Amino acid sequence: MTLITVPKRQIKFLRGNAACPGCPIPKELDILLEELGEKTVLVVPASCTTVIMGDTSGMPSTVPVVHSAFAAAPAIASGIVRQLRMRGDKDATVVVWAGDGGTADIGFASLSGAAERNEDILYVCYDNEAYMNTGIQRSSLTPHGAWTTTTPEGKREFKKPMPFIMAEHKIPYVATASIAYPFDYQAKVRKAKSIHGFRYIHLLSPCPPGWRFDSSLTVEIAKLAVETGIWPLFEIEYGEFRLTSVSKTLLDKSKRKPVEEYLKLQGRFSKLKPEDIKRIQDYVDEMWEEIAQMVKK
Amino acid sequence: MQVLKRKSLALVGNHAVAYAIKQAKPQVLAVYPITPQTTMLEKLSEYISNGELKAELIRVESEHSALAAIYGAALAGARVFTATASQGLLYMTEMIYWAGGQRVPMVAAVATRAIAEPWSIWDDHQDFVSKRDAIWIQMMAENVQEAYDLTIQAFRISEDERVILPVMMGFDGFILTHTMERIEVLEDWEVDSFLPPRNFNLIDFSDPIGIGPIATPDEYIKYRYEAKKAMDRAKGVIEEIMREYEKLSGRKQYGLVECYKCEDAKYVFVTMGAWSGDAKVAVDRLRNEGLEVGLLKIRVFRPFPKEKVREYLNSMKEVVVFDRAVSYGSGGVLANEVKAAMYGSNVNIHSVIAGLGGKDVRPLHFQQVMYDLINGKLEEERWLL
Amino acid sequence: MIKVPEGIPIARPKLGSAGHTGNWRVEKPVIDYSKCTKCRLCILYCPENTIDMLEDYLPQIDYDYCKGCGVCAQVCPTHAIQMVMEVK
Repeated sequence: MTLITVPKRQIKFLRGNAACPGCPIPKELDILLEELGEKTVLVVPASCTTVIMGDTSGMPSTVPVVHSAFAAAPAIASGIVRQLRMRGDKDATVVVWAGDGGTADIGFASLSGAAERNEDILYVCYDNEAYMNTGIQRSSLTPHGAWTTTTPEGKREFKKPMPFIMAEHKIPYVATASIAYPFDYQAKVRKAKSIHGFRYIHLLSPCPPGWRFDSSLTVEIAKLAVETGIWPLFEIEYGEFRLTSVSKTLLDKSKRKPVEEYLKLQGRFSKLKPEDIKRIQDYVDEMWEEIAQMVKK
Repeated sequence: MQVLKRKSLALVGNHAVAYAIKQAKPQVLAVYPITPQTTMLEKLSEYISNGELKAELIRVESEHSALAAIYGAALAGARVFTATASQGLLYMTEMIYWAGGQRVPMVAAVATRAIAEPWSIWDDHQDFVSKRDAIWIQMMAENVQEAYDLTIQAFRISEDERVILPVMMGFDGFILTHTMERIEVLEDWEVDSFLPPRNFNLIDFSDPIGIGPIATPDEYIKYRYEAKKAMDRAKGVIEEIMREYEKLSGRKQYGLVECYKCEDAKYVFVTMGAWSGDAKVAVDRLRNEGLEVGLLKIRVFRPFPKEKVREYLNSMKEVVVFDRAVSYGSGGVLANEVKAAMYGSNVNIHSVIAGLGGKDVRPLHFQQVMYDLINGKLEEERWLL
Repeated sequence: MIKVPEGIPIARPKLGSAGHTGNWRVEKPVIDYSKCTKCRLCILYCPENTIDMLEDYLPQIDYDYCKGCGVCAQVCPTHAIQMVMEVK
């Protein structure tokens, strides 16, 4: 397990970086790098992580980082991995570490292109559900009803279903993860590492200033997202759909906590009316009925 | 070993550049098709498919991704190449600046083509010159032979330790890309000896670095100053490399500029690109009529050869710069560069804008402009409509 | 060592790349070791990777860099960690 079994473990993503208090990104990266090892290249497009990576005076990463223009990360990663294989680095991992903007919006074309070519890349989208780095503007992965500076009345549209869109590209591995379930996340990184081709992990990454909650609640909110069923934990390996971790028990609606428990902790949902909450609850229930169909297959 | 008889091939511009790329042995290519470059990409595909070129061709989904992909591969030590034109060059502009600012050696060929709107697939230089601020070395070919030669030289210039800058080779769309000329090519082993293995790599797992992080205001300008110094050094390095290439190829063709019958001229054309050939024909005809006319051809556009331009133009009575690109609200792009280089001198500099969107320009047009220039009838800026 | 050309923008790994982030704190997490059961959830969940695990599975907070977010106190099952107002 290493994360809590090795005393005085050497941290792979160094302390004292520029992340907000309560921001899960440094932990998410530490787990990723612990699992992938030092032969890893991180390709980081414009996002919170760009700033967390520091300036020319020093970076918290202990592996090589290539900074990327917003829309270009999967393409840069494609070039890196092709050359690494050509020069003999057969077991090095190239990771795109992108936010929801760089994944589902401005970076979508490049992502789809790299996935279609089945480039040998591990793509991790850390999803804080808005353009947080530029000050909380909405993205296509902002959930329905959420306040952002560009959706002050609450976002009308629902979240773009990225994991399923990526699965339709027929790539070998797609998974969702939540930072409240770090061993599940770590196991998915480990499995992804053993697979060749384009692998996609979608990691829910709660953001205290963006979602409007006290910095101490990051893990609690990441947990409730899963426990309410809003964020199902699953993997799709060579087309086979499989629920993982706690989500395995949630096909039964009575086992899912009501979505209100998740929504009421976050200031971005404070203006929701009862009919909005019901709409969200119905949306989640519908999603789980579709999941039930996929599990049967 | 001296090559006694050079191999000559009849090739269209696109295929000549593809042949040069094959000999330069890049590891990774990423090219997105666009008129008039497509037949180059197809030839490269063919070379890879039949094993003549052992390289990865990433069939990217856009030009922006093409430059991004070769940027990544270049960081990991690959010799890389892409080619584009017009709209594609505009689309990859963000990454052009990215590679220039990070100073990553790479070569891009631009088959010059007019920029929309209105739509045009025909030749002018607007796309090529629009990248003049992006920290790339830029060279333009006059004919298919130069397109071949400059492509090979581009890799050497780009990777030179005193330079470390990306290099763009421009050659006129359709006029050179699709025109067949008989050219002399080097032997494969000669290109191998001219282009030593690439020695640039920034991805090393035993020494992890972050490439291209945020630079605070106090630091950013220092990096840009280093880039400026590299550009300045590049002038001397390019001349040195071109001289070496001349010795290797046996062809007298080198230098940041080319002076064609301009040593004793009083009136001179300044041009860049394929129509320099038309200008040379015009110069010959005018000389036959007893007129003291010459041509100064700009081969290297960035870094702009200010010193050479001053040296050749200082003694001229009148100069007319032919531009196939305009900075709207200011003037012809090359004309502005020449005027800036000639600041403080007494030489009269006129500007002619012609050939935009592929409008045909022939030796006759050059001659007519020169008659007007000599007879004092040429305005400061004339458009050949 | 990589041969980095002079004057190109790069960065090397550095502890405290944003400075002594311990200065950001308003509240400080304090561990009451008599209540600690060595479950290690605080170490697992600290977003900043700022709690080390000692030989005997005990947690140790690195106060040079702890930003005082309060996640460790929130996840601790025995409430062994209290957030205490810090006066600097």
